[in-house]
Amino acid sequence: MRKSFGSFVRKETLHILRDGRTMMIVLLMPVVQMILFGFAISNEVNNIDVGVVVPHPTESVRQAIERISSNPYFTFKGYLSADRIDQALRQGEVDAVVVFADDYDRQMDAFSRGEGGEKAIQIVIDASDTNTASAGAVYLKSVLLEGHAGVVSPETHLLYNPQMKSAYSFVPGIMGMIFMLICAIMTSVSIVREKETGTMEVLLVSPVRPLWIVSAKMIPYFTLSCLNLLSILLLARFVLEVPMSGNLISIVGVSMLYLILALAFGLFISTVAQRQATALLISAMLLLFPIIMLSGMAFPVENMPGILQVVSCVVPTRWYIDAVRKLMIEGLPFVAVLKEFFILVGMTLMLLTVALRKFNDKLE
Amino acid sequence: MEMNEAVVVEGLTKRYGALTALDGMSFCVGRGELFGLIGPDGAGKTTLFRLLTTLIDADGGRAAVDGFDIRKDYRLIRKRVGYMPGRFSLYPDLSVEENLAFFAALFGVSISDNYELIAPIYRQIEPFRTRRAGKLSGGMKQKLALCCALIHRPSVLFLDEPTTGVDAVSRGEFWEMLGQLKNRGISMLVSTPYMDEATRCDRVALCNEGRLLGVDTPQGIVSRFDAPLYALEGENMYGLLLETRKMPGVVACYPFGESHHLVGCEGFDPHRLVGELERMGFCGVSVRAVEPGIEDVFIKWMSHE
Repeated sequence: MRKSFGSFVRKETLHILRDGRTMMIVLLMPVVQMILFGFAISNEVNNIDVGVVVPHPTESVRQAIERISSNPYFTFKGYLSADRIDQALRQGEVDAVVVFADDYDRQMDAFSRGEGGEKAIQIVIDASDTNTASAGAVYLKSVLLEGHAGVVSPETHLLYNPQMKSAYSFVPGIMGMIFMLICAIMTSVSIVREKETGTMEVLLVSPVRPLWIVSAKMIPYFTLSCLNLLSILLLARFVLEVPMSGNLISIVGVSMLYLILALAFGLFISTVAQRQATALLISAMLLLFPIIMLSGMAFPVENMPGILQVVSCVVPTRWYIDAVRKLMIEGLPFVAVLKEFFILVGMTLMLLTVALRKFNDKLE
Repeated sequence: MEMNEAVVVEGLTKRYGALTALDGMSFCVGRGELFGLIGPDGAGKTTLFRLLTTLIDADGGRAAVDGFDIRKDYRLIRKRVGYMPGRFSLYPDLSVEENLAFFAALFGVSISDNYELIAPIYRQIEPFRTRRAGKLSGGMKQKLALCCALIHRPSVLFLDEPTTGVDAVSRGEFWEMLGQLKNRGISMLVSTPYMDEATRCDRVALCNEGRLLGVDTPQGIVSRFDAPLYALEGENMYGLLLETRKMPGVVACYPFGESHHLVGCEGFDPHRLVGELERMGFCGVSVRAVEPGIEDVFIKWMSHE
């Protein structure tokens, strides 16, 4: 039996290797997505051109401007006169203008003592891209108030990812999506392909239990996904410079659990679908949309209406992304993701039970 | 008694909703017999094969393969039969040799274990063993599929329309290979829509719309055709067909290849028919007596249904 199993794995591997185009897509998709999300599609604070209006240059104003110009996320564009603010923003010379008050020093003293000082600075920002604008404004404010902050006035601190680098938050999301795509869609399609082309008939009329055949199918896809996991982690660490402060073993462990869950999902889909096209359609409806919409990958779960938050609880990707965020970006130890871990374990066991129960060793 | 038979089918019935695909079929296939299942599309041949190879469950009746019940002992049956489905069911992206090795491993044997059994067939495709199975010709695909179904030395071999879509020369070769396998003691159940292949079998079952019309040796079936049979030819073939059917003494007249076959009643006089037809304006009419074939019997039985 072991010999048969080995030859199944070999056969499955050959299928994948011979389908060069699919393999290229599978191996390159994570890389392309990482680079796309990491660099091109970003709403992070980056290259914000800042102009300043300074009626009374003092030492502290000079220091504040120094903080802006030395910050890698802002580009200091020079001094403006108060009546040119609107024009400069419209012509795109600057994205944001910082207006220092006439009595900046006095206001800042008051602010430090917690006695007002709200009028020390005015930030005028081009909000045609709302996300960048609000993020930029918050970050600009925190840079300007450096050294004065935290006395009395309540202040928002952006922990872990203060520049709001979108790559950070997208990495777990991409991982959650890619693994589901590869493991679930590809295994289900490859099992259903055997039904569609009629080879399943021949496989069933043999001493080998179909379950063995199916498990043998999963191994090459699991291996392929592990390669993807490796490439994603390397890209995240060395290209996107995600600090990866958490425990690497925990990240890999949770990811492997998620891979098994995705494989079980693929098996489940294959028990329902009879045609490759159906398998793809079910995968898209059942996996892609919920993952993109509800997993917190694109939209924060906390911002969803209550009913959708409840629905999002059954999307396994949500828990996986949560766990990876905690481990990878917050750098928390494994204990912090125990809840997510056990939810994923439970979901995996449930899916496997249902799929195996539904898996039939007859044609109908 | 059942241990002496390769396949026993008793009142086997299979329904798909309102459609009865198989309607109480009963027959036996002896050990080492080459048994043909002959019938047009929709006769229930594939359904019967899927029932006997335990791929689907019957709605009624019972059947045993190699002495094992298809419902109870289906796992045992799967170990000892070979099955070649109607459509090409190998992996087109694997080479000839990889396909064969895979199916050998599926049954826990290696190619060398039973090489001598498949050798006469496999030698013909061995020069192409590194070629992808999807790139083989139709005849070679069938030979490879047969090798894959044989590699574990099955006791009963099920071949569902193995010669459909294969050229005439390859069809002839294929039946010769089946004859050789029969000599090795393998029982075979072969289905085909081609009546002319029936003579290659030890016994045949004619079936139509899920029912058996009759089971006998090819000679036995032909001998059951007891009425005089003639071949009718002329210039206006379609007109001839319509007019001849109206003639007194003509039981049936149907197109049969190049000519029409005409079944006469007792004491039918072909010369009078030719005279009648020529009087009606048909030219070049000829009628000659012919030996009935299996197809004639099939058509006769079908019209009696």
